[in-house]
Amino acid sequence: MNRGSWFGRRARPSRTASSVPEGIATKCASCGEILFARDFERNQKVCHKCQHHHRLSARERLAMTVDEETFVEIDGHLRSTDPLQFPEYLDKRKRAEEKTGLWEAVLTGTAAIEGIPVVIGVADFGFMGGSMGSVVGERVARAMEMGAAEGMPVVMFTASGGARMHEGLLALMQMAKTSAAAARLDLARIPYIVVLTDPTTGGVFASYASLGDIALAEPGAIIGFAGRRVGNQDVGTKLPDNFQTSEFQFEHGMIDRIVPRKEMRSVLAQLLGLLIQAVPNAE
Amino acid sequence: MLNNAFDFEKPISELEQLIAELRRPEKQDEAKAQGIDLDARIDVLESELKRVMKQVYSSLSPWEKTLMARHKDRPYTLDYVRLILDDFLELSGDRLAGNDEAVVGGPARLDGAPVFVIGQQKARDLRERQRRNFGSAHAEGFRKALRIARLAEKFQKPLILFVDTAGAAADLHAEEMGVSDAIARNLKELAVLRTPIVVIVIGEGGSGGALAMAVGDRVLMLEHAVYSVISPEGCASILWHDSKRAGDAADALKLTAQSAKELGVVDTVIPEPLGGAHRDPVATANSIKQAVSKSLATLAKKSITTLLDERYARIRKLGAWEE
Ligand SMILES: [Zn+2]
Repeated sequence: MNRGSWFGRRARPSRTASSVPEGIATKCASCGEILFARDFERNQKVCHKCQHHHRLSARERLAMTVDEETFVEIDGHLRSTDPLQFPEYLDKRKRAEEKTGLWEAVLTGTAAIEGIPVVIGVADFGFMGGSMGSVVGERVARAMEMGAAEGMPVVMFTASGGARMHEGLLALMQMAKTSAAAARLDLARIPYIVVLTDPTTGGVFASYASLGDIALAEPGAIIGFAGRRVGNQDVGTKLPDNFQTSEFQFEHGMIDRIVPRKEMRSVLAQLLGLLIQAVPNAE
Repeated sequence: MLNNAFDFEKPISELEQLIAELRRPEKQDEAKAQGIDLDARIDVLESELKRVMKQVYSSLSPWEKTLMARHKDRPYTLDYVRLILDDFLELSGDRLAGNDEAVVGGPARLDGAPVFVIGQQKARDLRERQRRNFGSAHAEGFRKALRIARLAEKFQKPLILFVDTAGAAADLHAEEMGVSDAIARNLKELAVLRTPIVVIVIGEGGSGGALAMAVGDRVLMLEHAVYSVISPEGCASILWHDSKRAGDAADALKLTAQSAKELGVVDTVIPEPLGGAHRDPVATANSIKQAVSKSLATLAKKSITTLLDERYARIRKLGAWEE
């Protein structure tokens, strides 16, 4: 069979999943396998051949994680500004808004996971690389504060290249802000669960993404401090093949469990059930 | 005299050389023999020098400030510890894996009163620079810092943090030891540490590695220090695929102490001696000492609850957004 007949031209395997005209089929970003759209969606965007977990938008993630029609966005009204008048920032953000249909790189809100009420945050890597500027930091912090105030567990799905350079120091300060808010969850004894997804790096990995009581990760996700290219390795240092992946972080004790996408929802529900104080109508 | 002058300091070093030349004994004798009033000429040159210096150092570009902040003669943490504090006793190790010498810390006295001090430590000679990894801490360094911070909390002593790093280490070892976890944990724990914390950015405040030791009740910053989410070089390569445009990136990043104050990240900008901290480390140390003492005196009056509430509020309001 000639693949070319589907693709118009013979597409070469690439790292990024290439969408195919009319949404009939897609190629696996990892192994190049042809994935028919309907099967691909049904399989939660996981390659049936190599199990590569493709990136999801925040909406897609929510749809497969929380109970149907339970998600209610909070702080959706927060809007970024351009505090440094940084070159091209407004244009880039406008393009990201058009591309994703979102106002920012994270959605936060309340929802239920198998009946358990949670505060949930879901990052969208498609929005400027999931980068954390003031609004992302503010939404994450407010979600945590809501969890602490309402006694609801907090679940964060992370996906980010790090702090958003275009907001300079104010972006850096969101690392401190989200981490300080996480401290409030400790004081309130509220469960905080982080799910690290592809990719979670830089200032997000070095702040709220590393502060979960429990850290889960999807298989094969890029997870690390500096990007592979950024790292200033000593000459002759050979990096392990799985450097800065979920598996590498698991081996080094940074992650509790690597959970395949199809099990994520039930593992979260199980975990929440074990962590929350089940005292209905106690107060 | 100016050693290691930058391009923008050329007019200054030329004048200084001229003055030094006129001060040589031979020149003095020569002038006396010819009946020339050399001292008067030197006076003129000196006042011109002062004028030029004021002009140059009061209008440094963000990139020039970056160079100043990285100047190899600039005083480092231990220089200030020696000049400001007494009885400093360095502590070592994170009690988990090792002793990272990119971070130094321990108890000391400030005007007789016990304090704890922790800082990122750069070095001048090559061997020491390697030993201290150029001031870029690994997980062990951040964990050592937190360990010492906890001692300050336990013994109810104020904590002084010196920030001076290009950034956290980003090599294989850093990743293996969980440098992200270590940074994140410092951010979280310093936010709720039950003792007053004063932070001083003395040189380079490089990204998350700097911030991991820069959470406190008051953040002070030296006049020519810089503080940034990313290095100008890194920013330029991402934006324009050209690290040589670091100057443009420094402008865009607004990484100066003056901008950091405008953004609310820094409370006080501490003036440096004319020409920068390295021209007069003692005077710089005195200015830092005054500012730190003043901050600590204010903080000492607050109850621990007020202190922590205000620290949280201070961190919480950082950022720019519309509701
Ligand atoms: Zn595949």
